[in-house]
Amino acid sequence: MALRGAIVVDTEKCKGCSVCVVNCPTNTIALSKEVNSKGYNYAYMASPENCTGCTNCATVCPDTCITVYRVKV
Amino acid sequence: MHTTMDIKDIIKPENKVYSKTPVLLDNVMHYCPGCSHGTAHKLVAEVIEEMGIQENTIGVSPVGCSVFAYNYVDIDWQQAAHGRAPALATATKRLYPDKYVFTYQGDGDLASIGTAEIMHACNRGENIVVIFINNAIYGMTGGQMAPTTLMGMKTATSPYGRREDLHGKPLRITDLISQLEGTCYVTRQSVQNAAGARKTKRAIRKGFENSAKKKGTSFIEIVSSCNSGWKMSPVKANEWMVENMFPSYPLGDLKDI
Ligand SMILES: Cc1ncc(C[n+]2csc(CCOP(=O)(O)OP(=O)(O)O)c2C)c(N)n1
Ligand code: SF4
Ligand code: SF4
Repeated sequence: MALRGAIVVDTEKCKGCSVCVVNCPTNTIALSKEVNSKGYNYAYMASPENCTGCTNCATVCPDTCITVYRVKV
Repeated sequence: MHTTMDIKDIIKPENKVYSKTPVLLDNVMHYCPGCSHGTAHKLVAEVIEEMGIQENTIGVSPVGCSVFAYNYVDIDWQQAAHGRAPALATATKRLYPDKYVFTYQGDGDLASIGTAEIMHACNRGENIVVIFINNAIYGMTGGQMAPTTLMGMKTATSPYGRREDLHGKPLRITDLISQLEGTCYVTRQSVQNAAGARKTKRAIRKGFENSAKKKGTSFIEIVSSCNSGWKMSPVKANEWMVENMFPSYPLGDLKDI
C-alpha cells in the first residue's frame, strides 16, 4: 500500500513565502513563474507524482492557502 | 506503482485530509508573507473548532501587528490598549467565568509596556490562556529593539547591535512567569515546521482545557520570526530563528502541573 496525495493552492491568497516549499518532505512544491494579481509567485505542485498527502505544507502555511487530499493505492 | 493515477481522482471531497477551518474567516491576512502570526492564528482557530467552543471563546487582541486578529478568527474579541490585554482578559473572565478567554500578545506588548499586567494576571492565576508571540522585535512600528532582542542583534534602535552595557540582556519573561504560583502550564513552542506547529497546537489545546478545569493561567510562548523586521526572506528568517533564537529561548515545557 502506498499513499498518493495532491494539494490545491488558493493561488490568489498565496503570498509566495516558500515556507511550504521547504517543509515538503517529498519536494513536490515549487513557486510558479507566474504571479497572482498581487504579484506573488504562488506555490504549485511542480512534481505532483511525489505528493503523499502528508499535510505538512498546509500545516505550516501562514495564510492557510493549501487544501490536501490523500488516497491509499 | 500507481504514480500515473490521475490528480483528478485524488482531488475529491471524500479524500480531503486538510482544509481551512471554518473558524478562520476568508479575509486575506495583512501579515507579511511567511509571518509566524498567520500560522499561530490558524492553530488557535483549529483548536477552537476541535473543542467546539467557537460560541464560548473571547480573545483579547494586543497592540502590534496582531492588533487585527479579530478580522481573522471568527469569535468574540476585544482589543486592548498596548500591554493591557491581561487586565481586560481578567475582567472578561471574571464577568463571564464560563467563557474561554485568551490574550494574544507580541513581545513588545507583553514583555515591555505590558510587563506589569502580565506578571500580576499570571500571579493571580487568572483562568485565562496567554499566547505570547516572541519575534524579538517590534514588528508593527518598523523593527525597533524589544526586551527580547538578542545580544548583538541589529534593529532600528540598536543599529550597531544590542549591547549589554547599553541595553541589558534579553528578557526571558517566560522563565520569570514560570516562577509565579498562579501559572499551571508554561511552555515555549514554535511554528516554523510541521512538527513544531502540531506541538504548538497541542499546547494551545491544553491551555484551554486547563481554563475549563480552573487550574490557573496557561502561558504559551511561540518563538517566532518577523522576516520584515529582521530584513530577511521568510525561509531565511526561520532558519535564523532556529539557529539564533532557540539557544536563548529553548523550546519545551517550563512548567506543567
Ligand atoms: C501606548 C502606546 N505606545 C506605543 C505604541 C506604538 N506601538 C505600536 S505597536 C508597538 C510594538 C509592537 O511590538 P510587538 O508587541 O512585539 O508586536 P509585533 O508587531 O512584533 O507583532 C508599539 C511600541 C502604541 N500604539 N501605544
Ligand atoms: S506557505 Fe502558503 S503562502 Fe507561503 S508559498 Fe506556500 S502556499 Fe503560498
Ligand atoms: S512586520 Fe513582522 S510581525 Fe509584523 S506582519 Fe510583518 S513579519 Fe509579521
